[in-house]
Amino acid sequence: MVASSELSAPKRSRPIRAIIVLFGGMLALLLAIGLSISFGAADIQLATVWTAVFSFNPDVTAHQIIREIRLPRVLGAAMVGACFAVAGALMQGMTRNPLADSGLLGINAGAAFMLAICFALWPSLPYLYVILFSFLGAGLGAGIVYGVGSMSRGGLTPMRLVLAGAAVSALLGALSEGVALYFRIGQDLAFWYAGGVSGTKWIHLQVMSPWLLAAMIGAVILSRSITLLSLGEEVSIGLGQRTKTIKVVGMVIVLILAGAAVSVVGAVGFVGLVVPHLTRFLVGHDYRWIIPCSIVLGSLLVVLADLGARMINPPYETPIGALIALIGVPFFLYLARKGGKEI
Amino acid sequence: MKLSMTQAQRKVRTKNLWVLTSLVILIVIVFMISMNTGYIKLSPLEVVRTLFGLGTAQQALVLFDFRLPRIVLSILVGMGLAVSGCVLQGVTRNALADPGILGINAGAGLVVMLFISFFPSTTDTPVFMLPILAFTGAGATAAIIYVLSYKRHEGISPIRLLLTGIAVAAGISSATIILTLRLSPENYQFVATWLAGSIWGSNWKFVLSLLPWLIVLLLFVYLKANVLNVLNLGDLTAIGLGASIEKERRILLAAAVGLAGASVSVSGGIGFVGLVGPHLARQLVGARHQVLIPTAALTGALLVLVADTIGRWILQPSEIPAGIVVAIIGAPYFLYLLSRLQD
Repeated sequence: MVASSELSAPKRSRPIRAIIVLFGGMLALLLAIGLSISFGAADIQLATVWTAVFSFNPDVTAHQIIREIRLPRVLGAAMVGACFAVAGALMQGMTRNPLADSGLLGINAGAAFMLAICFALWPSLPYLYVILFSFLGAGLGAGIVYGVGSMSRGGLTPMRLVLAGAAVSALLGALSEGVALYFRIGQDLAFWYAGGVSGTKWIHLQVMSPWLLAAMIGAVILSRSITLLSLGEEVSIGLGQRTKTIKVVGMVIVLILAGAAVSVVGAVGFVGLVVPHLTRFLVGHDYRWIIPCSIVLGSLLVVLADLGARMINPPYETPIGALIALIGVPFFLYLARKGGKEI
Repeated sequence: MKLSMTQAQRKVRTKNLWVLTSLVILIVIVFMISMNTGYIKLSPLEVVRTLFGLGTAQQALVLFDFRLPRIVLSILVGMGLAVSGCVLQGVTRNALADPGILGINAGAGLVVMLFISFFPSTTDTPVFMLPILAFTGAGATAAIIYVLSYKRHEGISPIRLLLTGIAVAAGISSATIILTLRLSPENYQFVATWLAGSIWGSNWKFVLSLLPWLIVLLLFVYLKANVLNVLNLGDLTAIGLGASIEKERRILLAAAVGLAGASVSVSGGIGFVGLVGPHLARQLVGARHQVLIPTAALTGALLVLVADTIGRWILQPSEIPAGIVVAIIGAPYFLYLLSRLQD
């Protein structure tokens, strides 16, 4: 960030590289999904995976396993990854905060907290409504963190927001655990501690899909304005952008994405931190490319993490959030060391 | 003039004495309540009678073998963590320092978990090893955090130190989950409750293994109170007053790390005690470490004792880990302090 030539180089968008990343990523994602479906307690050939998807036969046990357990799980992982990654990309672009991530800023913890309350008070509530609670909780978490951040004497600096996010996450996490213990709903502790996609069912995917589709389309539509916002609020206003509206719409999309993802996987962090940075490094600073590429790479990351979570120590599953944190933490430390200023 | 000074001093001394006495009385009251909290009900009179050896065999068993060691441990752990936080705040001159937030507890926890994985707590464990092992884990973590947050020319900024600590704590917790799940899946539940901060070593041998460390380290820190006072005035003043600050700082840091490590080796990873305890104490008696350290020890003990009692009382016969209760009190306090912190 010294010479102006160095400054302009990474700001360029790189359409060709973006297209390569997009298609390469999709190819890798398909491969990872295939592998993930075939790997498990009962090993299934890739060919069987193919026939189970494209010519399903209910009499074959392997087909049943794939249809009822493995397919929803891997699709859930892919969706969750896309959600977290796009949410992170939007937040980083809108607030110019390189440390923005729905996990780090307390949004995931908020969603998980409302889920705990929801499971405790209305255990038989259909998922259709449960997801709404998750959105509400995401808003609660974000509200508290930004509230505390803006009340601070030092203002809304990226580092201060992350500290507030950590404290809010600790508080809401403790409350969720308390509620889970009190109402004895904490059978699957991993969900509260480190997340897992093992419980994904078709109904989750069905309910999530329309929300996600709408949110993703919204994100893509917003992407041009986000690019301008990421150059600075003044620049954006000067170019005739209605920054307030964009920020509000962007935030709503973030809350929907993070809320939906948490309702399936639990409060998993760092996906939204790592993927957008990686994408920006690969395809440049144009959010019209960053957002689609984040969708693909985010899905890929979580599908691979889920695969890894099952491969490390079979038949036990390693919590997926713990695995992702092992990648995310060093990355975060690197970003924090740079001072949290550059994006 | 001189006379009024001594009068004022005497007034302060009486006030401090009052504060300390009230804290002790409060601890005794909570102690009695806590003795009475649990599945088997005992009236305060029965508690007193049993303490003096006049109760039935069953009452004696409940009190001496189950409740008393746990209560004593809560008090000791609270003291250790609060004084550790007090020293950390004094040495780093960072109002938000706390062994839990800075990741020192997590480092100790990782080593303790590995130890428990190899020597399950059901067998005859060499318990006295725990504080030493925890100290090495905590010390290594503290060193890592110090190196990672140190920047040439800038030194260590309070906020970067905290961010690094939080991230390292997240990473170590994840590593702990993954490692223990791999080494001994049946211990996963234990790790989960450890992370939530339960007083787990409720047994006299844990009390005995912790006690010598606490006595030595608490006394040592108390004798260094004047050094802490001088360090608090700032580096230049401290040098001017003839303190060899780097050496003193390192020794005191080691003592703080030792206190935190030893404490969490027999309890869970309880955060925020080292933050709330000293701050409350400072409100009560001011910043002179000769009074501050004992007061912080008492407030910390009271805090953990109250948290553990609430956790056991609210959800009989099962319990909510003390760490969760403390986090619900401590996290908002952290947010409050954060909003007042200046860069």
